[in-house]
Order: sequence, then C-alpha cells, then structure tokens
Amino acid sequence: MCNLGRRNRQRSGHEEGRKPVELFHGVNVDWLGKKWYFLGFSLIFSIAGIISMGMHWASIGSPVPLGVDFRGGTQLQVQFEQTPNLEQIRSAIQSAGIAGASIVNYDVPSNREVLISLPEQTNETSLDAGRKQIEDALQSRYSNPFTVRNVQVVGPTVGHQLERQAGLATLYSLLGMLIYLWFRFQLIYGVAAVVAVFHDTLITVGAFALTNQEISLTVIAAILTLIGYSMNDTIVVFDRIRENLRLTRREPLADLVNRSINQTLSRTVLTSGLTFLTVLSLYIFGGQVLRGFSFALVIGILIGTYSSIAVAAPMLVAWQEWRAGKDRSVALPAAKRSRS
Amino acid sequence: MKKNLNSKIAAIVAVLVIFIYGIFGVPSGLSGKALEEAMTKHIHLGLDLRGGAHLILQVVVSEAVSAETDNTVARIQQDLKAANLSFSQVYKPDPAKPESVRIEGTTAAQASAIRTLLDNKYSGEYDVTGGGGDTSFALTMKPLVESALEEKTVQQAIETIRDRVDTLGVSEPVIQEYGLGKDEILVELPGISDLDRVKSIIQSTARLEIHAVVGGPYPDEQAALASVGGALPPDEQMVHGSGALATGSDADSVYVLQRVSIVAGSDFRSADPGTDQNGLRNVRFTLTNEAGDKFYDYTSANVGRSMAVVLGGRVREVATIKSAIRDSGEISGSFSSDEVEILSKMLRTGALPASLNYLEDRTVGASLGADSIREGVTAAIVGVLVVMAFMLVYYKSSGINADLALLLNLIILLGFMGFSGATLTLPGIAGVILTIGMGVDSNVLIFERIREEIRAGKAASAAVDQGFAHAWTTIFDTHVTTIVSAGILFLFGTGPVKGFAVTLTFGLAANLFTAVYVSRVIFEAHLNRMKTGEMVSI
Repeated sequence: MCNLGRRNRQRSGHEEGRKPVELFHGVNVDWLGKKWYFLGFSLIFSIAGIISMGMHWASIGSPVPLGVDFRGGTQLQVQFEQTPNLEQIRSAIQSAGIAGASIVNYDVPSNREVLISLPEQTNETSLDAGRKQIEDALQSRYSNPFTVRNVQVVGPTVGHQLERQAGLATLYSLLGMLIYLWFRFQLIYGVAAVVAVFHDTLITVGAFALTNQEISLTVIAAILTLIGYSMNDTIVVFDRIRENLRLTRREPLADLVNRSINQTLSRTVLTSGLTFLTVLSLYIFGGQVLRGFSFALVIGILIGTYSSIAVAAPMLVAWQEWRAGKDRSVALPAAKRSRS
Repeated sequence: MKKNLNSKIAAIVAVLVIFIYGIFGVPSGLSGKALEEAMTKHIHLGLDLRGGAHLILQVVVSEAVSAETDNTVARIQQDLKAANLSFSQVYKPDPAKPESVRIEGTTAAQASAIRTLLDNKYSGEYDVTGGGGDTSFALTMKPLVESALEEKTVQQAIETIRDRVDTLGVSEPVIQEYGLGKDEILVELPGISDLDRVKSIIQSTARLEIHAVVGGPYPDEQAALASVGGALPPDEQMVHGSGALATGSDADSVYVLQRVSIVAGSDFRSADPGTDQNGLRNVRFTLTNEAGDKFYDYTSANVGRSMAVVLGGRVREVATIKSAIRDSGEISGSFSSDEVEILSKMLRTGALPASLNYLEDRTVGASLGADSIREGVTAAIVGVLVVMAFMLVYYKSSGINADLALLLNLIILLGFMGFSGATLTLPGIAGVILTIGMGVDSNVLIFERIREEIRAGKAASAAVDQGFAHAWTTIFDTHVTTIVSAGILFLFGTGPVKGFAVTLTFGLAANLFTAVYVSRVIFEAHLNRMKTGEMVSI
C-alpha cells in the first residue's frame, strides 16, 4: 500500500536480491574481551567527574552548581534595548545598596540579555523584595530600557523540598526498574542494569560538574529520561541474551553475550543515532532555556548506549564467573571457557 | 483475511480522525492561521510557553489555630463568670504553642465544678487536664481537630484567593493545594506578568478586624507597657499604627487592644469604595446578620469608648463609638485610591483566614514564551525530518511504513493532549521530540528483526510475522520501564517537568499502538498485494 510506485522495480530487483542498506551486519566483535579497556574508560570518566564534584563541594558546598530552583534565591532575566554593559549594571545595582548580586550575560552577548542573580533569602517574608529592588535600580540608575523576560524567586523551603524530591525521584525510579527487571528476568539482570544506569547518571552529572553548568529541575527530568533510555538499551541486549539462552545451552556465556550484543548492534547504533540526532536538534535549535536539558541528553545518550554494551553485559558474565569460581561444584562450562 | 484487513484500516483511520479532532476541534477554516488558532484553543500551553506568573504560597496555619484558641479563651472566661466560678486568669501560656490554653487561680473547692463545665463544653475539641485538688487547668486542642482546622484554613485561603483572582479577569487560573507540605498553595496566572499588582491583591494578608481599644496611642512599646503596669495582660495585645491618624502623620505609635476582635474578616457581607463628607476616600461596609447582632450588642454597651480598625497587623483607624451600630459602617483613613479599591475587593471576597508567605514565584514574559515555542517547534520539526529522511534511506519502502507510524504517533500524542486538557510545556515539547527518537526505536527493533528473519531464509509474510512476534517482548519491556520513570517524574515533578512526563507517557502509549499495530497493518496490506515469492523492501 505504501510503495505502489515501486512494485515494478521491486519485482525485477528481487531476482538479483537487491541489497539493503545495512550497517553492522555480520559483525563479530569480542566485546567482552575488551572489558578491561571499558573498565578503564568508565573509571577515568567517573573519577574525573567525582574529583570535579569534590572540588565543587569544597568551594560551594554542593557537588554541582545548582540552579536557582534548588539553591533558592532570586534570578531575573532582563533584555535590554541596547547592548548592555555589565560593569554599568553592576555599579547601578551596587549603588542602590544591593549586595551580592551576580551579573552575567545570558547566552551570547548579542542577545542583549543579562542574568542577574541574588543569593538565597533566609527570610521568607521578604522573599520578593530583591526582585523589586533590582528592577527599581535598573530603572533609575541605568539608562537602557529593558523588559524582564523571566523571574524566578525561590525560597529556602521550596528549594530544599525540591532537592529532596529530585533525589527521591531518581531513587524510586531506579528501584522501580530493579523490581521490574527482577520480575521479568532475574535479580542479577536488574542489578547489572541498575549499576549501568547509575554509571550513566554519575558520568552525566560529572559532566555538569566538569563543564561548570547548573543543574536545574529540567536537568533532573533529563537525567530521569536518560535513566529510562539507557535502561531501554540494556533491556534490548538482555532480551536477546535471554532469548539466546533459551535456544542454546552449551555455548559459553561470554560467547553468547558477545553474539547477543553483535546481533542487536545495528539496532542499538541506529536507535541511539536517531535519538541522538533528535536530541542534537534540540540542543542546537531548542534555545537557551532547554540548553542544560538537551546537554544532559546528548551526553546521556552516548553514555547510555555505551554502558549497555560495556557495563551491563560484562557484569552479567563477571557475576556468572564469580559464582562459578566460588562454587566449584557448579562449574558452569560457560564460566570456565570464557576465562581462557 | 482481506475483510479483516479492511476493518483494521478503517479502525486506524477512525483513530486518526478522532485525534485530529482532539488537536483542532472543528476549525473555522483551513488556512494556516485558522488551524493555528484552533490548535492553541485545544492544546493548553503551560506558563513557560504563554507567559504568566507562578506562585507558591504558604498559609500560616498557626494563625488560624491561634485565632480559634483566642475565641476559646474568651468563651471560657464568659462561661466561668456566668457559672460564678472564680479564677484569676485564662490565657495562652506559650505563643509558640497556639493550641494550648491555661486556666489559673481557681479554688480547690470549685475544681470539680469547673472540670465538669470544661468536660461538657470543651472536651469535643480539647484535651482537658487538671482538676481534683489542683487550682489550674490546661486545655490542649486535639491534634485531629487542629489538623482539620488547618486543612479548613488552607481550603478557605484557596477559596478566597480564587475569588480575588477572579476579579483580575485572568483566564484559566490554577489555584490548588500543592506539594508535600499541607499548608502550601499553588497559584498559576497565565498572561500575567505584573506581579506587583497580583500580589497586592492576593497578598493583602490583610486580615481586617475591629478591636476594642484599651489605651493609646503611645509613642512606643515601653510607654504602652507602662500604661498597663509593665506587663501585658494575656487577653490584650500591642498593635502599631500611625500616630495621629486624622492628620495622616506617618510617625509610628502603639495601641493596646483587646486580643479578641469584635468584627473579624469573615463577618463582612459587602463593601464598596466611596468618599466621606470631607471628600476623603473611605470604604462602606455591611456586616452579615450574625456579626451585625454581635456588633450591635457591643457598640450599644460601649458608647463613648474607642475601637480600632486593624488591617494587615496595623491600626488603620480609631473611632469613638457615638451610638449603637448594627450592620453597616464605613472605614476612613488616609487611603490611596488603589488601597480603597483593593480593600473593598478584599472585604467583599472575604478575608484570608490567615496570612500568607511567598515561597516561590516565577514569571515568564510573553515574549520569552513565544521565543520558546518557536525554538521548540523548530527543534521538533528538524528532529522529525532528519529521522524520517533517515528511515527512508535506510529501510527504503518500509521506511514509509515507519514514517507513517511516526506521523500518526505525533497526531495521537497531540490529540491526547487536546482531549485530556494536559498542559504542554517547553520540556513537554522536548518530550515530544524525545518520543520521536524513542518511538522510532520500536520500528527499528521490528525491522531489524524482520531483516534477520529474511536472512534466515524465511518467506516475506513469515519474516514479518516472526519479526513482530520477536520484537514485541523487547518493545513491551522497554516501554514499561520508560513509563515507570515517566510516572515517577509525574508524581515528583512540578509544572514544566510534569508536562514533560505527561507528553512522554502519552507518546510512548501512542507508540505501542502505532509502531506495533499500525505498522503491522501497513505491512499486511502490502503483503496482500505482493505476489508469492516476492520479498518486502526493507
């Protein structure tokens, strides 16, 4: 129905077996043989992230720069009619007696937008005073007409509540998946998948720490999405492992896992590639508001794809080997041969 | 088989029509502008896209508890006096614990009589302790009663805020309980960016009350304290106000007032702005019948004494009672025209039962919202085109199949949004884009599987059959896990993030239908037209 016009061509093409466009057909890569490289790679990125988080912790008291959602405080996004001069804005605000304001260009300077932030207000009753003071100061002391594009004023109560909620959401989401995989596969599959996903989260958050970008509420949404996404990838591989295990019982586990990864490789690369393209489009065209969100996804999709092959699957095999090594009487052939 | 297929296609077309209706309704025309209008009418845009104000308010519920126990203190005093039971004072011992009341200086001989009275009249709401040989009693509000009162206070505050917001003429405001804390209220006002005006209307924490004046004005608190002998009796309070109210001087001064009000915020029936005989702005009010009777009793018994109008914790006016007043009166003072307007609005809509704190406010200007829509839509269109083009190149004719499924997926997703009244936010648009990426995953899984089956030497229809069957378990598992995380986002997220979870969930659900069912039907239709031995183009 969808390719009426091509029927003739196809009929003739069929005979010589028109070759489909294919990537990764018949690849035979020994993924598990490279597990030490993978481990090294993962460790380098995780540790770099952790060190960077530690440095942030020492300087600002949280592992990553937090957006105004979590940190609390006042943030105004102001667009000026003429290109703004940050120094003049700063002196206008200081001379109005407002202390501790941070003033930075929002996105590129040609946007004529400036982000003005005030630190957290400890007193909830005077929460909104800062916004008004800044607007008044700009109006009376800086002669450059402006419009306020976005205001966020977050009190300490809400900030801490959100922080807690974000942590809980991530935790429950991991737990929910662990239970689902336990129920659909086996506990070890769930554990391996959750470890892989945790690895992705760690590296993604580490990337925020390394590049000194703020984590806001939408970034948390992106991280939860990538948890779901990376889990998808892992499940596709696991599903194939489970299916192959049903078909062949004699093949060493490591070989079987390799074969499963190779069989699903074209799908993995295709889907990741396509999702990556859509997310890249979001990163390029989606505007500054979504920049953090799409950054998390761009990193997350790369890492998520990598981890299902390089972390989750090897963990299954390693666990099997460890169990076989501990309990000699079981001595699965799968475990023995894969060591050589 | 053929007939079966036709009914399946009919079902798909029906779904298509229904969801297109969900997006557009019945548009006034088919021009781009008419369609756009129809679409924005059906799909609710979030504050971040259409611009507006988002506030989170905290109701200071302890104030309502405190007001309730203030009343109880007054009632106990009356009851004890009426029953000729002696006591030295009834008071609230600790301002930090508004729920407890103490009675002191009773006689041991009357202890059981007092206990009986308290048990009879107050044990429904309070835990009563003391009695026997004691000369004091303590009443503590029952936790259940207290939390019910707090809940009622929040509900009342929501009602009041809704009434006030309605006077602003905002379309589709959201005013509801919020968050895990039980005392928070979420207010969303689309299209409003002048937050100051909104706040002065909502905020006017301004509980308006009329209290009896014990003494004042005094220049400062020390002087006020000195006038009552150095210690403030528990049934009285100090309230600041401006010095000479008649001359409009701003100098601060202090009044000593009876703690229990004569008229409370909820006692007003109507109020209108006006001017008095001197041309000063005032507010004329009418009290409810019950409050009017109470007011009449008080004013007729206290002619010549003063009462103070307390607004937002400050004395705004002090008036001498010249004669008994029943249910109407006026409040004058040095008001601006805005103040008179707002005050009468507030009195009409009923006062807030307790004051409010602002926990959070976010305002998005309409221009930023428009920019976000443009950027989001551009990203979505580019994303869709790239994916569709790729599918065509990679899977050839079957790519058309996937692309049709993808388009239908988007239509169902947007239609869902229209039908359910869910809100489309900027992260929601991101959710749509992500749905495209993940939605196409199902097609890729199926197609790759079909290719494998073909490689294994299966005939076209068997390959398609097997491909779908094998891919199904994987697709099911991946969708369930993603919906789990989207569901958790929905439970924990707020505003824009919730919008993201909604589109992602709807998108995935729609994807199960399009990638598995629709795609399958398209394949079947295609297989039906093929000759035996012919292979699908994939």
